Order: sequence, then structure tokens, then C-alpha cells
Amino acid sequence: MSSIILAIFIGAAFGFALDRVGATNPNFIIRMLNLTNLHLMRAILLAIGVAAILTFGGLMTGVVSPEHLDVKDAYLGVFVGGVLLGLGFAVAGYCPGTGLAAAASGRYDAMIFVLGGLVGAFAYMLSYADVAATGLLEKIAGGKATLGTVAGTDYPALFNIPGEVTGLIMGIAFIAVAWLLPARLAGRKSDAATVE
Amino acid sequence: MHAPLSWKAGGLLLGIVFFAAVLLVKPIGVSTQFVILDGILWDAVDGTVVTESTDAKSGYTSTNPYLAKSGGKYAKSVENPLNYSFVFVLALIGGAAISARLRGGVEKAERTMPAIWRVNFGDAPWKRYLVTFLAGFVVLYGARLAGGCTSGHMMSGMMQTAISGFIFAAGVFMAGIPTALFLFRKEN
Repeated sequence: MSSIILAIFIGAAFGFALDRVGATNPNFIIRMLNLTNLHLMRAILLAIGVAAILTFGGLMTGVVSPEHLDVKDAYLGVFVGGVLLGLGFAVAGYCPGTGLAAAASGRYDAMIFVLGGLVGAFAYMLSYADVAATGLLEKIAGGKATLGTVAGTDYPALFNIPGEVTGLIMGIAFIAVAWLLPARLAGRKSDAATVE
Repeated sequence: MHAPLSWKAGGLLLGIVFFAAVLLVKPIGVSTQFVILDGILWDAVDGTVVTESTDAKSGYTSTNPYLAKSGGKYAKSVENPLNYSFVFVLALIGGAAISARLRGGVEKAERTMPAIWRVNFGDAPWKRYLVTFLAGFVVLYGARLAGGCTSGHMMSGMMQTAISGFIFAAGVFMAGIPTALFLFRKEN
């Protein structure tokens, strides 16, 4: 039961944060991808950096339990699926989480996106056996691999250095990139203070 | 155009939420729950789809190979929707709704389509709806093929320095950036 209470609090905080950072607004997502407004790109990089530093700092000090980590398998389909998601992400300005959150904020096109998503997920359920037969789901890079060796886990590592070190370095690097990125990379320079 | 929070404040908030999830339970993920909802609906129409099984690790199995995989863990979630991951996504919807309401909601014209779409493709709602439906299909098919989405693979994955997270993010941006540059040339 306590896990349900945590689900309610963390889930609500996540939905709230997505809306506050502007991720429920497809203008920000599309303009991140056409490089005319990097607000969301910088926010995402900062978020990953902050989360990585807190997580690996927490692992070093024993605050975070290594069993709470959950690294996903690497396989060719991860890249192919990422490409498919990237296409739809650019066209619609929604991904699964932000699409749900945007639908909740009252956007009708996001509600339609979620319906399309339910049908797409269903299509994957029906085609899963055929997809598996292509070999796209066979593990690469050792499967659930991480950059460094994370103590307390049996994840294979790409580099033979402590995972806490790679985690902290990557976190700092992500934050640095967020700071160094300009407000925009493409198009005219006079950022229009319109929309919304 | 500005978000309710600056990238610094918003990114910090989002980062703390992703960390809190790992600290207290497990990394955040969303797209699996589209499958679970599909499974719940499918099982409601045809009760033979998900069944109890003493052979399966989870105690449940399915006639659908995807729901039956990994010892039937998805089949189990379909039978028991009151689990952490499913409730998490319901709460996400609630949290976003509360935030949007507190900031005064989304203005009427924006609800149908974003301004960037309107300036590039006109304001016919059916066109936007048709395209977002197809985009939703492709996004969730891709997310399930990849085994996660922007939340589970990209954010949660990279924060754990997962190789799969970097592979996924490379695919997303290698496809997403050229597509957006090609489609959305006009600014408002």
C-alpha cells in the first residue's frame, strides 16, 4: 500500500514538473528539435545532470540503494525505436509522458495523440513475436551495460572505472553543456516573445 | 514564448523528481503503461487473454506473447492495475492537470494545435488531429520496440549512465532534429 502512496506523490510531482518546465507545450518541443528555442534542451540536460549527481553521490554515501537502479538492455531495436519515436516526437511535439500530461492540461491534439499511442502500443503487442524473429531484440554491448562499474550491481561496464566517477563526471558535463548552449542555434536571432 | 519556469528552475525541479523516484522506489518510466491499459481493455473484451498460471514466474500468463514475456510481469499488471507503475502514470495525469489549472489553463486556440503548427500548416483541426494520431501510433510503437521512452530510456537511462539510454537518445535526436527542421521552417 505504501508503494501506491509513493506512486501518487512521485507521479503527481512528475506531471506537475513536466507542465511547469513547458514540456506539455508542443511549441517548446518542436522548437527544441528545430533548434530555434533550446529552453527545453537545457532544462532536460540540467535535469539529467542533477539527477545523475544526486544518484551517484547517493550511491557513494550509501543514501541510495543500488537495488533501486534499473538499467535497460541495449539492442539494435533501441536505436530503431528511438528513430521512430524521434519522428513522431518532431511531428507532434509530444512523447508518451508529455503527451499524457498535455492531454491533462486540456490540449485536444494531445488526447488524439494518446489514442494513437494506445493503438500503436497494441500494434506492437500483436507484432512482438515477428519483431523478435528479426533479431532486432538481441542484446548488444553486454545488455544492461553502464559507462563505469557500479558497485553493488552486476551490470557490465563499458569502461573499467568506478561507476560513481563516470556518473559524476557525466552529470557535471551535462550541466556544463546546458549552461553553454545558447538560447537558439537556428533561424533569426530576435527571439519572438510571442505564443502563449 | 516562455515557460512557467526558467530552464534552470525547471530543470532542477525535474532532476530532483527523477532522483526522488530512484531514491524511494525505482527509475521513472511511462510507455509500458500504454501496454498495460491496452491489456486491461483487451482482457475486458476477451477474458481469456490474461489468465492465472502456476507455471509463470509472476503467477499470470497471456495468449499474447508480449504480455506473457519475462515471466508474465505485464500480464500480472493487467490483472492488478493498482500497482506502482500504473498508479504513477495516473498520478502524472493528475499532477499535470493541477499545474495547468493553477496557471490558468491552455488558451483556446492552443488547445486545438500549437502556434508553430498553425503558422506552418494552417488551422484545419482535422489535419492536425490526423497527424497527431499517426504520430502517437509511431511514437508508442517505437517506444515499445526500444523498451522505453523519453522518460524511461533517455532521462532515467542516461542519469544511470546506461548505454541503452545513450543509444536511444542518439536515435531520437538523429531523427527528430532533421524532421523538425524540415517541417517547421516558419516561425510565428
